[in-house]
Amino acid sequence: MKVLVAIKRVVDYNIQVRVKADGSNVDIDGVKMGINPFDENAIEEAIRLKEKGIVSEIVAVTIGGAANQDILRHALAMGADRAMLVETQETLHSLSVAKVLKAVVEREQPNLVLLGKQAIDDDAGQTGQMLAALLKLPQATYASQLTIEGNQATVVREIDGGTETLAVSLPAVITADLRLNEPRYVKLPNLMMARKKPLENVPLDSLNVSLTHNVQQLKVATPPARPAGIMVKDVNELLSKLRTHEGIIG
Amino acid sequence: MRTLIIAEHNGQHLNEQVARAVTAAQQWQQPVDVLIAAAQPDALAAQAAALQGISSVLVASDAALQHPTAEHLAEIIVPLAANYNVVLAAHSAFSKNVLPRVAALLDVNMLSDVLEIVNTNTYVRGIYAGNVLATVQSSDATQVLTVRGSKFAAAATGNAAGITTVAAPAAPVGSRWVAEAFNKSERPALTAAKVVVSGGRALGSADAFAQVIAPLADKLHAAIGASRAAVDAGYAPNDLQVGQTGVVVAPELYIAVGISGAIQHAYGMKDSKVVVAINQDPEAQIFKIADYGLVADLFEVVPQLTAAL
Ligand SMILES: Cc1cc2nc3c(=O)[nH]c(=O)nc-3n(C[C@H](O)[C@H](O)[C@H](O)COP(=O)(O)OP(=O)(O)OC[C@H]3O[C@@H](n4cnc5c(N)ncnc54)[C@H](O)[C@@H]3O)c2cc1C
Repeated sequence: MKVLVAIKRVVDYNIQVRVKADGSNVDIDGVKMGINPFDENAIEEAIRLKEKGIVSEIVAVTIGGAANQDILRHALAMGADRAMLVETQETLHSLSVAKVLKAVVEREQPNLVLLGKQAIDDDAGQTGQMLAALLKLPQATYASQLTIEGNQATVVREIDGGTETLAVSLPAVITADLRLNEPRYVKLPNLMMARKKPLENVPLDSLNVSLTHNVQQLKVATPPARPAGIMVKDVNELLSKLRTHEGIIG
Repeated sequence: MRTLIIAEHNGQHLNEQVARAVTAAQQWQQPVDVLIAAAQPDALAAQAAALQGISSVLVASDAALQHPTAEHLAEIIVPLAANYNVVLAAHSAFSKNVLPRVAALLDVNMLSDVLEIVNTNTYVRGIYAGNVLATVQSSDATQVLTVRGSKFAAAATGNAAGITTVAAPAAPVGSRWVAEAFNKSERPALTAAKVVVSGGRALGSADAFAQVIAPLADKLHAAIGASRAAVDAGYAPNDLQVGQTGVVVAPELYIAVGISGAIQHAYGMKDSKVVVAINQDPEAQIFKIADYGLVADLFEVVPQLTAAL
């Protein structure tokens, strides 16, 4: 069985992103980039399915400029078999990403598509569900546990207040939550080996997807900071502040 | 045109956030309808019909809606959407699973977790774990969005809107509900609680978490929250995680105990009215967003605080 894993290159999660002085966009020039954490969980899960003998081939795909090759190499070093960069300089929103991925799915015909549940840059959390819709396939989002038996995937999903278990027939689209697994570290020899694995560049135009650009970012701003607080010396002072100043504790 | 709200419920009660979505929906100044898709919709429809600001309640009923899948809900919503130029819901695990599917089937974009509705097609939403506010505009014919409930007041009750039945196509094959496990608790729901007491990695064990955090939460009639580190270590269940990838809360009072205040955690609580932080490290990030900071060993001061209440 073949798995397609869609990944995204984002600003490293430790970095506090700043806004450009003119408010036109965020300033990420020279900022450390890496694979979106949830997408790493998606790759890890594909590799574990391969180690269990359920999956035979893992294809990692991303969309963007040449710089994106680094996260594909990372996926290959983790254990993906081959990689594909759909090349474009445009910034695509979730719907367009889903349309491009649909074209890739139609080309690759995977039995399972894995993605992260959200990207930590735009925090939209839409691509997996949109891709499932466009492909008319079942979806299982926020997976914290995945079991595959024959033509069926059983997915434990993290939802508000607890978990839900779904059974979906394959092919299906599944999105990974952080607790799905603990992604492995990439060792240097694996990174070297990954250089020999195939990485294909596919120009976006060659996929013949028609994209619209109906969402525009007008401006960005830094949220208002919380007013500076005060330090209290002990529990009594804390309680008196909460009671007298805030009136929130009886 | 009209606005359609997709109502979340647990089969018996409308989610408290629906009334907040109703307030958000008023921004379009056009009739607002609420969709109840349920196995036994009558009581739910009555609750929705009571909300001020609603024109009518649409009811789709089917036995499979006891445990609806995103696929099934999308098949119900998409045909209805022809009559609407706005489809919205309060942001939650439920809506963020369903609405992107609906949007893609309508061939429109979606705006997630909208904080502010600037005008009928322009919104403010957080990006980069809420460190940046982006103003975005959508020229799509149907605006599909989820809104952050805590940013909108709950609509009042007292209305008696009409109730109409709409078609509920059969559940699509391919996706089947198997089970659910809710962490039973007598405490208020995290997203609705007036007070939240959250514990972090510093608690060190599930036992300590229960022995230190729970009594304080009991005294304050508070919901319990946790950092990701605490959840990952098994001190607290997954659904209590506050943050970018957990629940976003905005209570009157948020008490962070032994939590460092990573940006991903801050995302989920920095709209709280009053933030109290208890941490033994005076340099901890959490103090930057706290109204009241107490540098101390939590194992000493939290029991003191509990006893003093
Ligand atoms: C993609 C991604 C998404 C994430 N999403 C979330 C999310 O939704 N929510 C979330 O919370 N995190 C999230 N994280 C994790 C986040 O980055 C932090 O790792 C996490 O919040 C740390 O949890 P913590 O504050 O409990 O632990 P730590 O950072 O280890 O902090 C523990 C704190 O306890 C203090 N302490 C220790 N002992 C005591 C004591 N005896 N008394 C008082 N204080 C003490 C220490 O000084 C320290 O500040 C995410 C990370 C990534 C990469």
